[in-house]
Amino acid sequence: MPAVSLRGITKRFPGVVANDGVDFEAAEGEVHALLGENGAGKSTLSSILTGLYRPDEGEIRLYDRPVEFHAPRDALDAGICMVHQHFRLVPTFTVAENVLLGDHRAEGRRFLVNPRRIESRVAELGRRYDVAVDPRARVWQLSIGEQQRVEILKALYREARILILDEPTAVLTPQEADSLFATLRTIAAEGRTVVFISHKLHEVQAVADRVTVLRGGRTVGTLSTAETSPRSLAALMVGHEVEAARRSERANEVGLPALELDDVWAKGDRGGDAVRGVTLQVGSGEIVAIAGVAGNGQRELAETVTGMRPPARGTLRVAGRALRGGDPRAAIRAGVGHVPEDRLHTGVAPSLSVASNVVLKAYRDTHVRRGPLLRLGAIRERAEGLIHRYDVKTAGPNVPARQLSGGNLQKVVLGREFLGEPLVLVAASPTRGLDVAATDAVHRYLREGAAEGMGILLIGEDLDEILALADRIVVIYEGRLVGELDASTATREEVGLLMAGGT
Amino acid sequence: MSFPLRIERRLRQPWWLSAAVPAGSLVVAFCVIALVLLATHHPVGHTFTRLLDSAFGSRRSLESTFVSGTPLAFTGLCAAVAFRMNLFNIGGEGQLYAGAVTGAGAALVLGGVPGPVSIAAMILAGAAGGALFALIPGLLRAFFSTNEIIVSLMLNYVAALVLDYLIFDSLSYWRDTSTPDARVFPQGKMLPAAATWPGLHVGLVVPLGFLVAIAIATIVHVLYARTRFGFEVRVIGDSPRAAAYAGMRTRRKILAVMALSGAIAGVGGASQDGDFRHVLDPKGLTQAGYGYTGIVIAALARYNPVAVCAIAFLLGGLQNAGYTLQGADFPSGLVGVMQGLILFCVLGAELLVRYRVRVDRPSHRPGPAAPVEADAS
Repeated sequence: MPAVSLRGITKRFPGVVANDGVDFEAAEGEVHALLGENGAGKSTLSSILTGLYRPDEGEIRLYDRPVEFHAPRDALDAGICMVHQHFRLVPTFTVAENVLLGDHRAEGRRFLVNPRRIESRVAELGRRYDVAVDPRARVWQLSIGEQQRVEILKALYREARILILDEPTAVLTPQEADSLFATLRTIAAEGRTVVFISHKLHEVQAVADRVTVLRGGRTVGTLSTAETSPRSLAALMVGHEVEAARRSERANEVGLPALELDDVWAKGDRGGDAVRGVTLQVGSGEIVAIAGVAGNGQRELAETVTGMRPPARGTLRVAGRALRGGDPRAAIRAGVGHVPEDRLHTGVAPSLSVASNVVLKAYRDTHVRRGPLLRLGAIRERAEGLIHRYDVKTAGPNVPARQLSGGNLQKVVLGREFLGEPLVLVAASPTRGLDVAATDAVHRYLREGAAEGMGILLIGEDLDEILALADRIVVIYEGRLVGELDASTATREEVGLLMAGGT
Repeated sequence: MSFPLRIERRLRQPWWLSAAVPAGSLVVAFCVIALVLLATHHPVGHTFTRLLDSAFGSRRSLESTFVSGTPLAFTGLCAAVAFRMNLFNIGGEGQLYAGAVTGAGAALVLGGVPGPVSIAAMILAGAAGGALFALIPGLLRAFFSTNEIIVSLMLNYVAALVLDYLIFDSLSYWRDTSTPDARVFPQGKMLPAAATWPGLHVGLVVPLGFLVAIAIATIVHVLYARTRFGFEVRVIGDSPRAAAYAGMRTRRKILAVMALSGAIAGVGGASQDGDFRHVLDPKGLTQAGYGYTGIVIAALARYNPVAVCAIAFLLGGLQNAGYTLQGADFPSGLVGVMQGLILFCVLGAELLVRYRVRVDRPSHRPGPAAPVEADAS
């Protein structure tokens, strides 16, 4: 009898199908890994399992009984606890107080609490599972690894039967990770279920009994880790069953360099170097793909090229001319187009009309304005032209952009960038969450762009897409370029292994 | 046990909702008011008739409604202009005082110049005063990312104290010190006759300030709907990330919009001097709470500048009716209750435009977790 069983779970967000008929099953007493790239649907699935989202379709069964979660609390009552990547702790409270905080069953509901009893219970749990933390310490005084232990103690204190951990090792040192793995094994050995979310292959191999691989919102398969290797997991994670059409030869003559990066460094959002010394050239008419698992600096690299993030070091040149870093307007003027990863909130202003979004950058141009006044007629014409040219399905140019489906929204973004006639186009995961037809359309437009002489820097994790489009593939890992492959000869396994940090 | 009612965001907002919901909420408000009146033994029908009469029923009551509504139109526009960019300038109150001080100052300095010159100078000085005062939270927000809500709110108190100081605690330029009496009972200098704003006589007197507010509303409407500037403001308000992506200079826009917002409130202050008070009047200005009512008006108008003027007129009527209703047989507290109920219902119902309420069917719920045999190992 499986502890958790999800069948046919579908969850749609405006423009994106995050989970598309996902099946997932984890048994009592096992550590079950949920493996997938960012955007594969792992977070959505865990949010459904913890009652944060309700699935649009599908069934959740716990110990063979169908359940429906109306709120996170229902999931907690059913014995499901989650350790989030970003901890849910009150820094000024003690460890024992934090443990008590989420417990609304017995002790937590009393008007008067007995701190001694909780402290001794926490200490006892800490000893038993090797996650000891001083129960009286205040959380802000603890290291990140210790804070994670507090989260695990919270779950143990509530007698969780199903424990979900979202990329728990991202914040840990290797030694701490090993100790965590031992704890998880202990927990599982008692007949509880541990769901371990990760995209790191060796961890999955090290700790899990079985692994379910998600890709593009669908379940790819469930395997026993004893029967798999990192190589085959990588292949599953990035996809291999459909050998997509790939470019047999270079479609276009590669012209002069459109974009040149020389030893570019950039800081990440939380400090630290996200991009470390990237040197790269993109010729005009060439499509260069940066392959990498999300979080390895490719987003920051794209932002640096498009001026949204200032480079800490290094130089950028567009068509031979130096580009001032950290100024999106300078980048736009120099001819850098950008299809951003987050198309709904960065690529467009969602509440504004399609027409407004078509001129999101071009509103400064003289053909859509007369002095300070905008020429609404010209803007409307431009929008109608784009809707027609790129086959955007919408009721008209005055519809708010947020009402468009993901594919149509992306066509608007792509069409707008092409209307700006860029020399370089940075396209970040341009087909993430799109259906097959929209994906094909986006690919066709990108190829056309390259044929017209644009240099395209394609950033993403989808190897099918990269192999179908790119002339050259460059792999990024932890901010560095770790390999360059010719797209016509590269194999999916080679790229996948480089992406996962293998050599 | 969870509550069976859930509130969900509407994916689409039918167009008729934005008319039907405020109308329905008014009906609800008047029903509740009727209950309150019944409970306190006041005649329901008679009270409602008097309410409408004293707000909009006669020439005199309409004129009083314009007097109450004019400052509200300015502070409403002040809030709407800033809120459109998600910039929460709560400082309309203080910016109105600032404009009243500079506007009165301009009138006093210029003295006997011809009326139009004096009036134009008062408007410009009021705008400048309000704009400069609003730039304090604006600059702090743009360059140091402080919270403009708190800074602008706190500056309201600063402005009120400065206003008091100018008339009551100092021998400032604005204070009347010409007679021994005025030294004992502090008051502001009377503004010269040239500084009296003429009303528009169309059967009744419409104050010049209200016409200025309508003109500003029209300009703001064109500015936001038709110009590059307005386009950038709308994009920044909707998605700052998209604005940065499109290469817009957010910081400059923050300064410009704060200055514009403050300037409008400042003109409202000058209108208080020129239209109604003819003296810098700290007590009268600080008692009314124009700035805060303006925020309510902006919200009710959904930040549409033209609608702000209309709603300011309606709320002005409600305030004005309150003054008329209260008396020996009708306590002023009850007037406050009525006004509060109307605002409460109308504002509360706004939720229904953007969200819908759904009733959950009872369904399978998980039982409590059976304890795990922790010692199984």
